[in-house]
Amino acid sequence: MSKHQLDYLDELEAEAIYILREVAGQFEKPALLFSGGKDSITLVRLAEKAFRPGKFPFPLVHIDTGHNFIETIEYRDKMINRIGEKLIIGHVQDSIDEGKVVEQKGKNASRNALQTVTLLDTIAKHGFDACIGGARRDEEKARAKERIFSVRDEFGQWDPKRQRPELWNIFNGKIHKGENVRVFPISNWTELDVWNYIRREKIELPSIYFAHEREVITRNGQLMAASPFLNMDAEDIIEKRNVRFRTVGDMTCTAAVESYAYRIDDIIDEISESKISERGARMDDKVSEAAMEDRKKGGYF
Amino acid sequence: MDILKFITAGSVDDGKSTLIGRLLYDSDSILADQLEALHTSNRKNDDGSIDLAILTDGLKAEREQGITIDVAYKYFQTDKRKFIIADTPGHIQYTRNMVTGASNANLAIILVDARKGVIEQTIRHSYLVSLLGIQQVVVCINKMDMVDYSEAIYETIVNDYKALAYKVGLKNVKYIPVSALKGDNIVHPSINMKWYDGISLLPFLESVELTVDDSTAHARFPVQWVVRPQTEELHDYRGYAGRVSSGSFKVNDKVTVLPSGFHSTIEKIEVLDAEPVEAFAGMSVTIHLKDEIDISRGDVLVNTGYLPEVSQLIEADLCWMDTRALDPSLTYFIQHNSKVTRCKIREILYKVNINTLEKEFNEDFKLNDIGRIIIKTAEPLAFDLYQNNKANGGAIIIDSRTNVTVGALMLRAVAED
Repeated sequence: MSKHQLDYLDELEAEAIYILREVAGQFEKPALLFSGGKDSITLVRLAEKAFRPGKFPFPLVHIDTGHNFIETIEYRDKMINRIGEKLIIGHVQDSIDEGKVVEQKGKNASRNALQTVTLLDTIAKHGFDACIGGARRDEEKARAKERIFSVRDEFGQWDPKRQRPELWNIFNGKIHKGENVRVFPISNWTELDVWNYIRREKIELPSIYFAHEREVITRNGQLMAASPFLNMDAEDIIEKRNVRFRTVGDMTCTAAVESYAYRIDDIIDEISESKISERGARMDDKVSEAAMEDRKKGGYF
Repeated sequence: MDILKFITAGSVDDGKSTLIGRLLYDSDSILADQLEALHTSNRKNDDGSIDLAILTDGLKAEREQGITIDVAYKYFQTDKRKFIIADTPGHIQYTRNMVTGASNANLAIILVDARKGVIEQTIRHSYLVSLLGIQQVVVCINKMDMVDYSEAIYETIVNDYKALAYKVGLKNVKYIPVSALKGDNIVHPSINMKWYDGISLLPFLESVELTVDDSTAHARFPVQWVVRPQTEELHDYRGYAGRVSSGSFKVNDKVTVLPSGFHSTIEKIEVLDAEPVEAFAGMSVTIHLKDEIDISRGDVLVNTGYLPEVSQLIEADLCWMDTRALDPSLTYFIQHNSKVTRCKIREILYKVNINTLEKEFNEDFKLNDIGRIIIKTAEPLAFDLYQNNKANGGAIIIDSRTNVTVGALMLRAVAED
């Protein structure tokens, strides 16, 4: 008898596809939360594997702060054009205009925290009962215990005490009206798994993930891309540095790291060979905060 | 490279946190920031060495605050294999969490304190591991440093455990004497136990063979989603999307659709841009049949030569997971693979005292209770006996009032009416 043991990437992929199909089968109005980052880009590839040649049984939803990297928006629009799926954009600017949130002031102002309100409004407006996100359990301790199907109450809150046991491969998606479920198909992937998968599948990424020369300023010990969205003053010195971004979100909260990783192989080497280079950035708590916050505010949490 | 999923069973006192910490530490799997936190921590062992339990401590603190009592997942990898640890609390009040973690594990590490030997708790953990059908068990006799690395004590415990393993029906059991605190036989062979010439824990975890249900006889494919593009060019396209739960399917295989009982032949297997000739256990694929049959989510394609049971009356082991006791007068939902239907608990046959393994015959079924019941389902389920095929023999019970998962079922037999 032949021995059929799936390679780890195949197994993770098959599990994620299985989860996506459970979402399609169990929910009336699901959505895929798309931030333009590598994790949600991976989700799009997995959705293609799960549903092609049919259409996705859900739209993509992007919560746009209005302060995005232009490369991300270009990537998003090009991708939507390629896959021919529906994109719903929730604008933080609309939430500001409607008076639902108030723009932060001062030097470190960011729209990052405002996103959650726009996200919840978008969910309510379209009546989404399941939101697929790219969060992973290896990200932090609290996430390590989150279920793959994670029930949110009508306020969008996660209550660890209300978590449902998840047995075998059986996912219980039953909810009451007004509740919704966050679904995390790549829960069991690590950061390195995502990169290895992107390499294997030859998935295109926004260019800012790769090393490039960019005008930055140093603020609170981190490198921020110089942009009109950043409140700058005379103290801020713009300099050119060779950088790349490890996570992609709002320009006001996503810090760059110095890097010469021009190709995906370089990035994987950077992550897998040297713990210091990959985690070193995380050790800098400023960058770490931004990186984690970025993921959470991407609508995953 | 493949993935090994394992759980660790043992209470905090048995050194479970230290064992996990030692595995991560000695296999060089700890990230730089965590390492730094370890070294600067004020918590040290009596001899001044690092307290590795800190690595899982953040989680404990959360539990103590009552934030969660759930399974936490940890990931690490070596050159040989990737590992997913389901870190399950060991106390009796967390039986449901151990069942949850164990339901997806290929292997269980059972910790025994060398000073205490096989105790009531060991019986409970071993029973649960056996109940859930975990194939591989490693018994780590821990804290050997505290019994002077005594071979005689190790041998006594191994013999005691062998009797227990026989009693609960565990077959593949490996015994390793360890000290998680000192690092003996965890990643590196111990210099303190020259009398032990067996393998250390991590090399064992790296090399242990995983059992996959490879037999084509057991081919099972629960349909999750019907792919129907309904475009002009793909007008007649109809693919059945799902994940092979056991065995394997090949093009031209004869299949039966259950519960309807229709037959057909596999025409094509698809995965996005590829058309593999075979889909085996674990693969998510889309299957096309030669005949037009009405198939929808919840149906299952099986090998025509080896059919599962199809019944509405099923005898099963039940682990109750909710603070509200089971109420036989209520109608619950049952979910088996992608099929959801209503059910009632027809009869409670007995409960098992999981500390003594004695049968009990009182009626109430409360949180963490385990026992044998007969369940009546509104629609027939196409299932295999859990002991023969885990993937098609497990189900959950959902409370239709709260929508919460309240029970885990291991389907054991077709029941007589």
